[in-house]
Amino acid sequence: MEIKAVGMAGTFESSDISIVIEPSDSDEIKIHLKSSVEKQFGKQIRKVIVDTLTELGVGKAVVRATDKGALDCVIRARVQAAAYRAAQIKEYKW
Amino acid sequence: MGVKKLIKNAVGRQVPKNIKGMGTLKMYKGPFDYTPSGKKNGPKLSKILPGQSKVLESIEKAILETGLKDGMTISFHHHFRDGDYIVNMVMDAIARLGIKDLVLASSSLTNAHDPLIDHIKNGVIRKIETSGLRGRLAEEISSGLMDIPVIVRSHGGRSRAIESGDLAIDVAFLGVPSCDEYGNANGFSGRSICGSLGYAMVDARYADKVVLITDNLVDYPNIPASIPQTDVDFVVKVNEIGDPKGIMSGATRFTSNPKELLMARNVADLIEASGYFKDGFSIQTGSGGASLAVTRFLREKMLKKGIKASFALGGITQQFVELHEEGLIKNLFDTQSFDLKAAKSIGKNPNHFEVDASFYANPHNKGCAVNKLDFVILSALEIDMDFNVNVITGSDGVIMGASGGHSDTAAGSKVSIVVAPLIRGRIPTVVDRVNTVITPGETVDAVVTDRGIAVNPLRKDLIDRFKEANLPICTIEELKEKAEKITGKPDPIEYTDKIIGVVEYRDGTIIDVIRQVK
Repeated sequence: MEIKAVGMAGTFESSDISIVIEPSDSDEIKIHLKSSVEKQFGKQIRKVIVDTLTELGVGKAVVRATDKGALDCVIRARVQAAAYRAAQIKEYKW
Repeated sequence: MGVKKLIKNAVGRQVPKNIKGMGTLKMYKGPFDYTPSGKKNGPKLSKILPGQSKVLESIEKAILETGLKDGMTISFHHHFRDGDYIVNMVMDAIARLGIKDLVLASSSLTNAHDPLIDHIKNGVIRKIETSGLRGRLAEEISSGLMDIPVIVRSHGGRSRAIESGDLAIDVAFLGVPSCDEYGNANGFSGRSICGSLGYAMVDARYADKVVLITDNLVDYPNIPASIPQTDVDFVVKVNEIGDPKGIMSGATRFTSNPKELLMARNVADLIEASGYFKDGFSIQTGSGGASLAVTRFLREKMLKKGIKASFALGGITQQFVELHEEGLIKNLFDTQSFDLKAAKSIGKNPNHFEVDASFYANPHNKGCAVNKLDFVILSALEIDMDFNVNVITGSDGVIMGASGGHSDTAAGSKVSIVVAPLIRGRIPTVVDRVNTVITPGETVDAVVTDRGIAVNPLRKDLIDRFKEANLPICTIEELKEKAEKITGKPDPIEYTDKIIGVVEYRDGTIIDVIRQVK
């Protein structure tokens, strides 16, 4: 999956995460994370974002994430939605 | 700084033997292990001549008249909560007069007290002793603002410290909603009412000099008085002692949150099945949504069984006042009125008794009220596998709460029930190890969450009764697993070696320390 545009998903409500995915020049996934639970779950949140994008075949992207204590399942869903939008794909493979 | 010698205390916490600026620390050994010796501390003798006036025209003048000097200890109360103007008003005046290096001992500090940060930076305040810290002040102190750690005490522990002389107050500055020119004061009349003055009463009795500050100077004699003229040196009239909206929340709304209602019903069921729910029982609850809802469920059970409570303690709320007026609770013991209805009731209902913090919870007087409690319903930020409870530091290690009467009531009551949601956002409430121990697990009997109830294995009697009543009991480990299955396992918070807070157990021994967050 190729990131072609800016894709967004999620909100700033508590227990949600806002994900913005942008195209990147470098060959990697770069994450800018702000989280209310950074100290306890920062590593885990980054891992879920990278794993979800890798599963979708995204190798390069800039991800801006603002987390308000979302659970892993929520993070995965928001990353998937944002990635599909950024890749401008409308056929979802669940 | 070098390596400090650390000692493991009875709740497994690494505590230093000495702290610079605090001397040698007594280690916590168990909830009732420490036996005090010696005599009570007392205020200096004084002389007020017939015809002499106590009224001074300004706070500055009062500060000068008390003889306040560098290095002394001053005290305040927190009955005005987020609406308090007194602490900032007095500290600004002290700073203007150039007095420095003070110990500030307030019964607690709230969101109203962020301006203290500047007084700490400017050297006006050297040390803080309090029940709690909130807002920016708490964050700054957690990141290492002060050289000497804050002493965190429970309400019972503070009155113990005052009476024993561990906390010797040179000057108490006490805001009062109603006062006459000779110092007879109460909290239930005027524009800024707060109800009980239970914390302030202890300061007034033991401080060397006592200054009352009021916005409601009334005719002599203002009786019955919560603080009597015999304790008071000076009276100052100001325009406003606080913001009534911040002092008192109006009517407490009854929760419609299904999680809180579920927990409240579980708590009421536990109480009913505990074996202590019979005519003449006694109870204290907190002011959180679930705690207040317990009162309603309990009312139904009391009516059904035809039983009445002998007293409610606290922390008196509108809910308790209504049950009192309905005849279901015979007496109210009130150290701190939580809402406007409670504040008004104390001046009106003859069996709504104002009690000071020592009567309430001091473990080293001749019998405090918490010792007569059957049930207490408490909140928690964290609970660990040993049932230790944290109510002072957040899951990120930063101070955000208060010790309050948590450890006092847990120790005194026959059944202490901690009620908290199993997870808050992504943060589990039941954890391996709490960030800070305020209440030792030995004194915590049951933990009620929205996803299960755990009973302390030390209370086999309760476990048996709850099982007999078919209540859904699990282990504390099972609760933790349920939480982690949803949230994942949190990484432990990283701290530096710097100690920013010392947590005193109610008997004056050190139960834990709070370190600076990295």
